[in-house]
Amino acid sequence: MEKIICVCGHENPAGTKLCGKCGRPLTEEAKTSKILDMKYDGAAIRSKTRNKSIVDKIWNFFSSVKVGITLIIINLVAASIGTIFPQEFYISVSTEAQKAEYYEQNYGSLGKLYYELGLSDVYSSWWFQILVGMLAISIIVASIDRGIPLHKSLKNQRVKRHASFMKRQRIISEGAITDGDSAKTLNIVEENMKKLKYKVRRDGNALLAERGRFSRYGPYINHVGLITFLAAVMLRLVPGFYVDESMWVREGEMRAVPGMEGYFIENEKFILELHDNETTENQELQGVNVVAKNYQTNAKLYKQTEDSVAGKADNLELVKEYEIRVNHPLQHDGYSFYQMDFRLNEIKTMNFELTNKESGESLGAVSVDLTNPQDEYVIDEQTKVQLLGYYPDFSGFEDGEPQTATPTPNNPAFIFKMTTPEKPEGEVSFVAIQQTIEPNGDNAHKMEFQSVETRNMSGLTVHKDSSIPMLAIGGAIFMIGVAIGSYWNHRRIWVEQLEDGTIRLAAHTNKNWFGIKKDLDSLTESAHLPQYIDQSDDGEDEEKEKEGDSTL
Amino acid sequence: MDKKKKRSITRGVILVVLLAAIVYAVYTSATNDKVKVLQVGDKAPDFELVDLYESGLKHRLSDYEGKGVFLNFWGTWCEPCKKEMPAMSRQYASYKEQGVEVLTVNIAQTEFEVKKFLESLDVHFPAVIDNTKAVMTAYNVNPLPTTILINPEGRVEKIITGEMSEAQIASYMESIKPEQE
Repeated sequence: MEKIICVCGHENPAGTKLCGKCGRPLTEEAKTSKILDMKYDGAAIRSKTRNKSIVDKIWNFFSSVKVGITLIIINLVAASIGTIFPQEFYISVSTEAQKAEYYEQNYGSLGKLYYELGLSDVYSSWWFQILVGMLAISIIVASIDRGIPLHKSLKNQRVKRHASFMKRQRIISEGAITDGDSAKTLNIVEENMKKLKYKVRRDGNALLAERGRFSRYGPYINHVGLITFLAAVMLRLVPGFYVDESMWVREGEMRAVPGMEGYFIENEKFILELHDNETTENQELQGVNVVAKNYQTNAKLYKQTEDSVAGKADNLELVKEYEIRVNHPLQHDGYSFYQMDFRLNEIKTMNFELTNKESGESLGAVSVDLTNPQDEYVIDEQTKVQLLGYYPDFSGFEDGEPQTATPTPNNPAFIFKMTTPEKPEGEVSFVAIQQTIEPNGDNAHKMEFQSVETRNMSGLTVHKDSSIPMLAIGGAIFMIGVAIGSYWNHRRIWVEQLEDGTIRLAAHTNKNWFGIKKDLDSLTESAHLPQYIDQSDDGEDEEKEKEGDSTL
Repeated sequence: MDKKKKRSITRGVILVVLLAAIVYAVYTSATNDKVKVLQVGDKAPDFELVDLYESGLKHRLSDYEGKGVFLNFWGTWCEPCKKEMPAMSRQYASYKEQGVEVLTVNIAQTEFEVKKFLESLDVHFPAVIDNTKAVMTAYNVNPLPTTILINPEGRVEKIITGEMSEAQIASYMESIKPEQE
């Protein structure tokens, strides 16, 4: 690739607009313009210099601002499409068929289409992830492509610039000093600029005062923040980094914790407390009778000993005991257990009375613990009740055999065999809620239902997110970058004293021309410099300022 | 020239690394949306559960190394589980001699229900109850029935969800039969 050699002898890479050493404009465009384009300080953007191999072509594609903006827009559109209907993650059905039905039922044919196009799970779709990935590549490549040349040109700034550079700056001033000794002018300028917190460098009869150079790195810093953020989101895919599971635990039960190997959680008690106030007017308007005060699960977290295997639950160590309430999760080792849901009054124990049908006389009570039914309940030597079958969620008969639909005691049914002094051979009875079947005809006795004891169930979610610190750091870096890029500006003032003692001055800032003019006003007054002029037309002025190079 | 070559290589490396990151992200999110999913070829997670009939007898998977293990997860409410059980019982009777173990794992039901259920079906194979659902979680079992075939080396040979026919059961047991010496 050919180099561009400036009149001053400096070798510049192809694509350079302004000589890196003296600042002379190198391109025809720059030579004819009234005000120089100071983007990247005239350094050659890397992608503009070579375009030969495939690697270069891919590189150039991603470094393009047009491509970057297009990617941002596509990402935005795709992400917003995902918010039209609730995502699959938020609907509480499990099978594919149910999901399809859900969308069709709730949102009609549009919902059906939405589901069929896979938009109901946009954020985990491959194409969405590729889009985000491409955006990440674009950010990284564009940052490298522009950041490195900019950094180099800022680092290697010469104090002395050629007249053609100076004259093409937006703010210039030229002429003799208005008062005092011209030999002292540069010293006065230096002193003044230092007071205004500029960094001043001198080279012979030239001076460069510079302030806020780091603000030029703002956009790159916020890119670093964005990339950190995206990397953190990606880390969630690494097993063990991100856990989000839900589980149900009944009172008195112990369950293995999904996603947290070797840990068990026991629900000691679930507590629901309500406010006992009189119904207020507002509550009535909203049709609310009671207001919950507290949802609480008294839980115990256990851990297996180190060498244990799954299922071995006889050597557990108590790790923590905690009252889990809403927003007060049990926390251990990066995992949090949140109170999410509850179910009240699941049948745990059913109490019956063995009764003589005719006389109504009770022969004794039988209490069946549904969590541990027994084969036989002995009342006395001659009286006992055998349990022949237990069906927690009785759903009907099949081939004469009672069936259960689920393992949950929603509709418990039993087959009892009652042995009494009156009927020592025993009587069989099928007992379900509001249903009794006596297969051998009329029994003399019955199991009379007395009462139930219930227990509650807690719905907990197990959550672990190790990517949060990284997300926070990424977000913080991003905000710092934005602040640096937005609230500081890079101001430069070049001053040269020509041989006849006259002054040539040029000034540039990447934004906030008002600010630099204020600095210049003060300088002009105290150093008696000739009045500066703003070369830009007013219309262009506004536009230029907005554009600036605040983004890159 | 050298500098250009270097830059080209740097660019290539950056692009390849970024591309690899995307491929990894897409691949992992497509293949596992859960924390850890058991896959064919994985080492079967070890577990220990107490026998339904003999409270002193513990079934530990690692004790069965050298044998094929036919691990079946079921519940009494699950109709297809019930249907495949007699066939499993019959096939077990003939493959037992050939080094295939059947272990049926009930999901956290009561001893009473499990015993009555197996009695009524007149099936005979070792049964255990996973009270805390720890084994179910470790094997990431979702629909019932799920059958995990574990080869004599202790690795997952196949994961079958749904009902199996008797012919299938026989061929599955055949596939995890240890080599006869």
